[in-house]
Amino acid sequence: MEKERQVLVIFPHPDDEAFGVSGTMSRYVDMGVPVTYACLTFGDMGRNLGYPPFATRESLHSIRKKEVEESARLIGLDDLRLLGYRDKTLEFEAPGHLKGVVKDMIDELNPSRIITFYPGYSVHPDHEATAEAVVAAVSEMPAADRPKLQLVAFSNNTLEDLGEPDIIVDIEGYEERKEKIMAAHESQTGPLLRTLAGNTQESEAVRQMWMKNESFYSYDID
Amino acid sequence: MEKINHEQVQELLNSYQNKQVYVHVEVTSGMYASHMDEQVFNAGMFLRNVPVTYTQGAVKGGINGEFRVGLKLDNGGWIYVLGLTHFEVNENDEFIMHGFNYDGKLATALEISTKEFFK
Repeated sequence: MEKERQVLVIFPHPDDEAFGVSGTMSRYVDMGVPVTYACLTFGDMGRNLGYPPFATRESLHSIRKKEVEESARLIGLDDLRLLGYRDKTLEFEAPGHLKGVVKDMIDELNPSRIITFYPGYSVHPDHEATAEAVVAAVSEMPAADRPKLQLVAFSNNTLEDLGEPDIIVDIEGYEERKEKIMAAHESQTGPLLRTLAGNTQESEAVRQMWMKNESFYSYDID
Repeated sequence: MEKINHEQVQELLNSYQNKQVYVHVEVTSGMYASHMDEQVFNAGMFLRNVPVTYTQGAVKGGINGEFRVGLKLDNGGWIYVLGLTHFEVNENDEFIMHGFNYDGKLATALEISTKEFFK
């Protein structure tokens, strides 16, 4: 993992960073790389309201806001941006609007690397809208100025279409911190964390999946 | 939230009758339903901050803890939600009914308030 000038992480939901990316973000922070996390919604249309439920549709936005703020604190971020769009609605914003939002952040921060979802392979329409906006904004930049793209793909056809991920980040030594980051998103992660803490084969599978490496795809615009 | 108490929920429905209220109505299988299981068809909807006036509202059912609520609107229209299990009135005086599925995930919601919900 090279030292970057600035890393910009853009996801739509407050726990999108936790599972597949927070170890990588933590490593960049520890290297002294400035990391900005822009989270586009409060995830306020989520179906998980705690187990047993401690949130409602109306309280979820403030609960998840606190959760992502705690996550950012644990990662060590000093630039968390909560843009406040409504969960599920990103794809219905005016055409080009989100691209403009991304472009403004790129102009301001001049990132050398952007981490977001992979367009076409990220399942949730908000993920897709975010990925498309990032790729569109970066595509419009002169090739020499473009930040590198490091993308998360997890749709069921990912491996078949894209092959093995080409960016593997070893997060050995970050397991405890990452588990705390996942636990910070308490309203979303309750059952998973209980599995993670368990002593079963399933627990071991979950640890293998989330606690060893974080995998990404690079993406060439041209 | 507490499990729906028929009498309390009926009283709350009565209290919002014949005045303009805002509703949040939602039914969802979740965005990941067909990602997790290809046999499942993704479906969902929500309506938010829609102003309505209802002339009668009732809670029915309750077998296995699942209730139905129907609101008859002043223009003869209807709002109908199936599968509600829990309710509360929150600190903003919003009357919230949710239905949780067997995995504890939100499946359905009906909320009524005299003021607009958070945007």
